[in-house]
Amino acid sequence: MTEAFLTSADAPTDVPLKRRLKRAERARQVKALSLVLPLLAFLLFTFLGPIAGMLWHAVDDWEVRQVLPHTVAALAGWDGKDLPDEKAYAALADDILAARAAGTLAIAAKRLNYAVNGFRTILTSTARNLKAPPEPGTARETLGKINPAWRERGTWAAIKGASGPVTSFYLLAALDLTRNVDGAIVAAPPDQAIYRDVFVRTFTISLSVTVLCLILGFPVAYLLATLPAGQSNLLMIFVLLPFWTSLLVRTCAWIVLLQSNGVVNDSLRFLGIIDAPMRLIYNRFGVYVAMTHVLLPFMILPLYSSMKAISPAYMRAAASLGAPPLPAFLRIYLPQTLPGVAAGSLLVFILALGYYITPALVGGGADQMMSYFIALYTTETANWGLASALGALLLVATLLLGVVYGKLVQGQQVTGGMKN
Amino acid sequence: MLKLKMALGFAATLTAGVALATVAQARDLTVVSWGGAYQDAQKKVYFEPFKKAAGIPMNDESWDGGIGVLRAKVQGGAATWDVVQVESEELAVGCDEGLFEKIDYTKIGGEAAYLPPSVNPCGVGAIVYDFVLGYDKDKLKDAPKGWADFFDTKKYPGKRSLRQGPKTTLEIALIADGVPPADVYKILATDEGVDRAFKKLDTIKGDLVWWKAGAQPPQLLASGEVAMTSVYNGRIDTANKNEKKNFGMVWDGALYTLDSWVILKGSPNKDAAYKFLDFAGKAENQAKLSENIAYGTSNKDAAALIQPAVLKDLPTAPDNMKNAVEINVAFWLENIDRLTERFNKWAAK
Repeated sequence: MTEAFLTSADAPTDVPLKRRLKRAERARQVKALSLVLPLLAFLLFTFLGPIAGMLWHAVDDWEVRQVLPHTVAALAGWDGKDLPDEKAYAALADDILAARAAGTLAIAAKRLNYAVNGFRTILTSTARNLKAPPEPGTARETLGKINPAWRERGTWAAIKGASGPVTSFYLLAALDLTRNVDGAIVAAPPDQAIYRDVFVRTFTISLSVTVLCLILGFPVAYLLATLPAGQSNLLMIFVLLPFWTSLLVRTCAWIVLLQSNGVVNDSLRFLGIIDAPMRLIYNRFGVYVAMTHVLLPFMILPLYSSMKAISPAYMRAAASLGAPPLPAFLRIYLPQTLPGVAAGSLLVFILALGYYITPALVGGGADQMMSYFIALYTTETANWGLASALGALLLVATLLLGVVYGKLVQGQQVTGGMKN
Repeated sequence: MLKLKMALGFAATLTAGVALATVAQARDLTVVSWGGAYQDAQKKVYFEPFKKAAGIPMNDESWDGGIGVLRAKVQGGAATWDVVQVESEELAVGCDEGLFEKIDYTKIGGEAAYLPPSVNPCGVGAIVYDFVLGYDKDKLKDAPKGWADFFDTKKYPGKRSLRQGPKTTLEIALIADGVPPADVYKILATDEGVDRAFKKLDTIKGDLVWWKAGAQPPQLLASGEVAMTSVYNGRIDTANKNEKKNFGMVWDGALYTLDSWVILKGSPNKDAAYKFLDFAGKAENQAKLSENIAYGTSNKDAAALIQPAVLKDLPTAPDNMKNAVEINVAFWLENIDRLTERFNKWAAK
C-alpha cells in the first residue's frame, strides 16, 4: 500500500490528482488479486472443475452413440410411430457385430438397461446368436427371430432415447419421472419412485438437526460468553473436545450407548423406569441424537463469537430504563445475536445435508439420506449419470435455499451500531 | 511488485505440481485387498513370504469395493494400484469396461491348475466365501436349522440383521419361504417372485436391523443386539478363534460367491504382478491361507494339503456346498438398480 503511494507521489505533477489516485487504486487491486490468485487457481482445479464435471455427467449420454453409431444415425429420422425400417435393423446388426468384436457391447448394454430393465440380456443374447451379418433385406426378420424384443417399439424407442449427445434421462429419474414410448414425460413406476421422498427426508433431517442444535447450543453459547474467563475456558474445552474426536468414533460411541443392551437402556432398566429395552438406535431417533451431537460445536462457536461481541452495557441500560428481563432479552439481546444464529444455522444445515456415515451407521432403512444413494451409485453400481443428477439437484436445491436464507437474514440484520 | 511475482510463482508451482502428480511414477508393486482379519491372514501367508522369496518390494492397501472406485482410478490415469481383489460383479463389469489386463495363464501355472469357476479372462479366483446364518450359541440354546428359522420370531424371539440392499436379502427371503436353492433366481426373475420375497420380509420388518460392513454382524451378535444375522463365514470363524466367542453358523441355504485377483489396466508393474499371482496361486500357499481363515481357495490341489479338521469348516467342503446357492452375477448386473430402488421404497414404508 505504502509502496503504491510512494510511486504515485514521485510521479510528474502534470498528471491530474484524480488520475494518479485511480492509478494507485488500480495497482492496489492488481496486488490484491495477485494475492488471492493461488487460492483461485486451487479452487478452480479442485472444486469448480469437478463440480462442472459432475453437472456434465448428469446430462452426458455417450455410451450408445459411441458403441452403436450406425444405429443412432439410422434412427435419427425415425418418427417413433411404427417399427423402424430395414435400414435401421441392418445398421444395428452391423453395430452389434462390430461392438462384439471390439468388446464394447456391455457399455451400451449397461446404459440401455437403465431405460429398459432386461436390455442387457436382449443385447448380449442377440450378439451371441448373430453369427454373421444378415443377408441384405432380411435383417428385420433375422433380429426378430433371435429376440422378439426387436419387434417392439419400446426397444427401439429406448435406443433412440439414449442416442445422446445430451439427455434429460438421469435428471428426470432423479425427480421420479421418466419418458414413455412416445417421449412424453410421465411419473416413474411407483416401485422405483423414491428420490423425491429421499430429498424431502434429507431436508427434513437437516432442518430438524439444525433446530435441535440451535435449541441446545444457544444457552451453552450464552453461558460461555458471560462466564468469567477461567470457567468459560474450561467449558470451551468441553465443547471442543468432541470436535477434535473422529466422527466415526463419536458415531460408534452412540451405538454403544443406545443399543438394546447399551448403557442407556441398561441404566433405565436398573432404575425400573422401563421393563423392555427401548429402540433408541437404527431409527430416526438415533440419527437425530448422533447428528445433533456431532454438529453441535458448529452451532456453538459462531453463536459464542457473536455473543462475545455484545457489550453487557446494553442489557444494563435496558434494565435501568425499566425493561423487565424477558422483553429486554427479546428486544435488545436476541437481535444482536442474529448474525451468529444465521451463521451457525447455515453451517449446521449445509453440513447436515451431506451427511453419510452417521445415518448409515445409526439409521434404519427409512433414514438413509441423499448422500447414501449418491455414494451407492458412484461406487457400487457405477451409475454415474444418476449419481451426478442426484448431486446436481441437491446442489441446486441447496443454492436456492441459501439465496432465500440470505435474503431473509439480510432483512433481519441488526448490528446494534457496533460495526459500519 | 515483489508480492505479485511471488504469488505468480506460487501459482505456477502449484499448477506444475498438479501436472506432475498426474504423470505415472515408478513405484513398488501395490496389492489391494479387503482389510481386517482377512488381510492379516494374507499378509502372513502371501505378502511377507512373497517379498522374501521373490525379493520384490511390495505394499498392500485395503479397500471396500465398488466398481466406481476402479473405474475412476483407471480412467483418471496414474492408477496407484496394480493387483486388486474384486467381487464377481466387479470382475464382470470391469472386464466389460476394459479396466483389467487380460490374464496370461501361462505365467501363473496354467488354467488347468485352477478350479473351473475361478478361471476368468480378466481375473483369477482367490477365495470362495459364504453368506451364512450366524447366531450366538450362548444365547440360542436350540440351534436354528436354516433361513426359515431366521423368519420365525415366535420360536426365536429377538431382532435379526441382514445386509442393507436387495442383494442376498431377497434370495434369503425366498429360501425361507420354501423355494429350493436351485430355483431361487428363476423365481426372482419374475415380478411375482420379487413380490413374494418382499412379502416374506414384511413378516419380520419390525425386527430387522441392516448391516453395511462385514465387521458389523459379529458386533451385533456380540452385543446381543440381534439374535441371528447373515454374515461372512470367515468372520464367525475369526470371532470364535481370536475373541473366544461361541458363535454358530448354518451352512444350509448359504449363499456363496467368489473373489478374484485382477491386474489393473496399464499397470507399470505387470511382471511383478504376475509373479505375485503365481505365488498366491500355488497350492501349498493357498492351503496355508485356508488354515488361517476359513475361506475356500481356487487351486485344484490345495484341498488335499489342508488338515481334515480345517477342511470341514470351509465353504468348499462338499457337505457345506450341498444346499448352497451361488450368487448370480448376471441377474444382479441386470437388476441391481431397479431392485435397489424398490428395496429402499419398501424399507422407507
